[in-house]
Amino acid sequence: MTLTMPLLLIAVALVGLSGLAGLFLGRQSPAGQKLAIFLMSVGSGLGLVVAIRCLLGGPDASLDLPWFLPWGSFSLKADALSSFFLVPVFLIPALGSIYGAGYWNPSDRPASARALQFYYGLLAASMAMVVLAHDSVLFLLAWEVMALTAYFLATAETRNEAAGKAGWLYLIGAHVGAVFLFALFALLYRSTGSFAFWPIKAGVLTPRVATTLFLLAIAGFGLKIGLMPLHLFLPGAPASGPCHVSALLSGVVYKVGLYALIRVSGLFPNPPTWWGGLLLFAGAASAILGVAYALAQSNLKRALAYSSFENVGIISMGLGLALLGKTFARTDWTLLGLGGALYHSWNHALMKSLLFYSAGAVERALGTTEIQELGGIAKSLPRTAALFLFGAVAICGLPPLNGFASELMIYLGLFRTAGLGEGARVGGWPLATMAVPCLALTGALAIACFVSLLGTLFLGQRRARLSTSVPGDPPFTMTAPMMAMALLCLVLGLAPMLVLPVLGRATQSWDPAATLRPESLSALMPATWVGAAGAVILGSSGLLVLLYSRMMKRRPMATAGTWDCGYARPTPRMEYSGSSFGLMIRDLFKWALWPRVRRPEVSGLFPKTAELKIQALDPLLDRITLPGAGLLGRGFAWLRRLQQGHLQIYVLYFVVILILLLLWGRSSP
Amino acid sequence: MMNLAVHLALLLIMPPLLLGVINKTKAFFGGRLGPPLLQPYRDLARLMRKGLVLSQTTTGIFRAAPVVTLVAVFLAGLIMPLGPFDSPLHFAGDLVLFAYLFGLARFFTTAAALDTGSSFEGMGAAREVTFACLSEPALFFVLLLLAKMSGSLVLSDMLHSPLHVRWTVLGPPLVLAGVGLFVIVLAENCRIPVDDPNTHLELTMIHEVMVLDHSGPLLGIILYGAAVKLFILGALLLHIVFPFQTGRAWLDWSLFAAELVGLAVGIGVVESIMARLQMRHVPTLLVGSMLFCAFGFFLLVR
Repeated sequence: MTLTMPLLLIAVALVGLSGLAGLFLGRQSPAGQKLAIFLMSVGSGLGLVVAIRCLLGGPDASLDLPWFLPWGSFSLKADALSSFFLVPVFLIPALGSIYGAGYWNPSDRPASARALQFYYGLLAASMAMVVLAHDSVLFLLAWEVMALTAYFLATAETRNEAAGKAGWLYLIGAHVGAVFLFALFALLYRSTGSFAFWPIKAGVLTPRVATTLFLLAIAGFGLKIGLMPLHLFLPGAPASGPCHVSALLSGVVYKVGLYALIRVSGLFPNPPTWWGGLLLFAGAASAILGVAYALAQSNLKRALAYSSFENVGIISMGLGLALLGKTFARTDWTLLGLGGALYHSWNHALMKSLLFYSAGAVERALGTTEIQELGGIAKSLPRTAALFLFGAVAICGLPPLNGFASELMIYLGLFRTAGLGEGARVGGWPLATMAVPCLALTGALAIACFVSLLGTLFLGQRRARLSTSVPGDPPFTMTAPMMAMALLCLVLGLAPMLVLPVLGRATQSWDPAATLRPESLSALMPATWVGAAGAVILGSSGLLVLLYSRMMKRRPMATAGTWDCGYARPTPRMEYSGSSFGLMIRDLFKWALWPRVRRPEVSGLFPKTAELKIQALDPLLDRITLPGAGLLGRGFAWLRRLQQGHLQIYVLYFVVILILLLLWGRSSP
Repeated sequence: MMNLAVHLALLLIMPPLLLGVINKTKAFFGGRLGPPLLQPYRDLARLMRKGLVLSQTTTGIFRAAPVVTLVAVFLAGLIMPLGPFDSPLHFAGDLVLFAYLFGLARFFTTAAALDTGSSFEGMGAAREVTFACLSEPALFFVLLLLAKMSGSLVLSDMLHSPLHVRWTVLGPPLVLAGVGLFVIVLAENCRIPVDDPNTHLELTMIHEVMVLDHSGPLLGIILYGAAVKLFILGALLLHIVFPFQTGRAWLDWSLFAAELVGLAVGIGVVESIMARLQMRHVPTLLVGSMLFCAFGFFLLVR
């Protein structure tokens, strides 16, 4: 027996119990938080070391312990795929808890800091257990703890009404999803006879059962990762919770859901074509609509929450491509598709956390993240602005940062589905190439979205409503984790060759039946070129800026107001706002966004003051589900008459039902 | 080695000439003498010698953006093969890098526009990113078509597979893609009918309005970068429209330069005989070009 699994369990325990001691200390004492951060860092460090060792070619580790339930077993397994996801699961919460020391410290927030710290560790530990579980019963237990702790974290601020509502929705979504998962695993047990995640042998499942299982998995995990249109319960929680929690919910919990989807979809021996196609195009729809919704939001955190669906969509596209590769026995599709999906999972965890942390810095300095109220804050928060720029370039998938490298892999895989070469119809599935322009559209929309966020929040003039004195950048405890993330984004963008072997190994453990050679990934993906191009962009831009500033030293320089087209008194209110920036694109996506517009009536020669109000709703939630649920509730209101609140009546119900059952038992032999 | 030197020299020197040719053509149609052919070079030289006026609102992004944009566009120029010669940088997958470098350029240009806090520049930036959402998928349809035709993911190979032989066989897809790509070239370079580089009404401009507040060398870098972009996208279009080669290096290079000048004349003609579209009709035009490119691809894989 190797030490891998016990060490991982120790790491999980350290992380999970990191906030426990703090609960018994004073409400405002910083000691509990410091201890928690220490335990979290030690546990995560240990977990990271073990996971990375496992990724770099260590043998798979597994562990079985005695179990108290009649079903399932306490069986853990760490192969390359789960180790791959353990990395963000350990890394991001550790950085987040350091960030939390500045952002959510007990002296400022005595009401919630202790509980938040406790659940923060517990969420991280439960995610690690989900990733490690090799048994569906254990998996579901960890999954449930994950959902509950996420709920408690999102609603940590008890006075925040929006957060309470959003957390409630999140919990509902989690449980609707869990119902599908119960069905999935029960059916899996019935047809394979085992709760463990072993690959299913060919011929065990009838096509109908396999299809049902796959659709259950899509529904159950899709509700967790926000595969559109199953996203409706999710965006509220990260949009209204504390930012380091949002980073975890939006950046890591979705990744754990994706891990589960990847794991389960890898169990099937020969997936039909439409499985991969479904994931590919559901992912494409998710990617395009996610970023279109993000563009329509009026709150930075909400926009970031929606942009996660874009990235989940991109990752699903990669997974869909990998499934197609399995169907058509095309190793290159599988490698590029799943490799790109996994790579993007790491990247998105990093950049989304970086962006949410920047949002937290803005929130801390200015008390709001409403886009319409902010503007020109780069001058007060230069470091935050620079880090946000970093995250924005990364998440748009632009070179030289990491988003480009992972999207490139998915692009290359998708290009290959065309069956390259004239007349080369064999082994191609040209329908999949339709995802290429979808991905291109997503990229263009993402640029629009993040230029808009960067430009209207950080750049330009300060808007009128903002007070003049703004505290500056956040303390070092908050900027340090952000810098670490930015640095990792840069490294992952400039040195994809470091990641490729790891991706290859993780892909191999997803598809053990196929003979994948990890080294062939480096033949498919031009990692060196990507790194070199990135270095050239960075290097020559830096050099030219230096050269140019030297040149300008001896030149006359003047400052003036922005060109105002001859208008004498421009005010910040005339500036382009986020909603005006996205107006044309929102018009293009009117059919999906379905905003609530209250247009003023302007009449007469001297119209009165009027107000235009555009409210970005989630059509599926606010227009369909909630009103529908309201109708259902009213429709079933008569059932409440059965509920009188008198104990006697409830006992009467029991007696009546018992008698009915007895009669029924008699009549049927 | 020789070809590399010519590639670099053309990429560095030729782009402003195209602007001169376009202006000369337009002057001809307008019955004017027009500015000399080399006027863009003089303008650039003059701008590079000047001082700088900066808006108080701007931050470092405003000053860095033109440089990053130029670097990105220039790198794209090193990936794009010119004429029948392979590009200096080529690898499997360079086509995506090529497209995304323009995305990087767009990110920084539009961010710098918003940095000034002017609503006009915001307007221009909003148009730029919106229209890119329509032209980007079209460009990828063209890339898909070329990849499918040539069986390669290297831009140099994709554009050099003997297209001229296949014109007879694969005529329809190539014609469709060529038409679509021509519209994209006009749109991406902000020419008529999408944008009017000569207009002086801020409300109706796209590219020019985004750089209203840039002055001196910064403006020079931007103008030069825009010319390089026209050069590169023009070279891409020429590969599809004129895939001819003679086999002799010096003749091929001169042929390429002549073709490019011819394209500039063509753009000048379009600018002279057409009016700028109303802004609200531009998406229709771009969607149309995307459909052309998509249709070309469908014909190929059908």
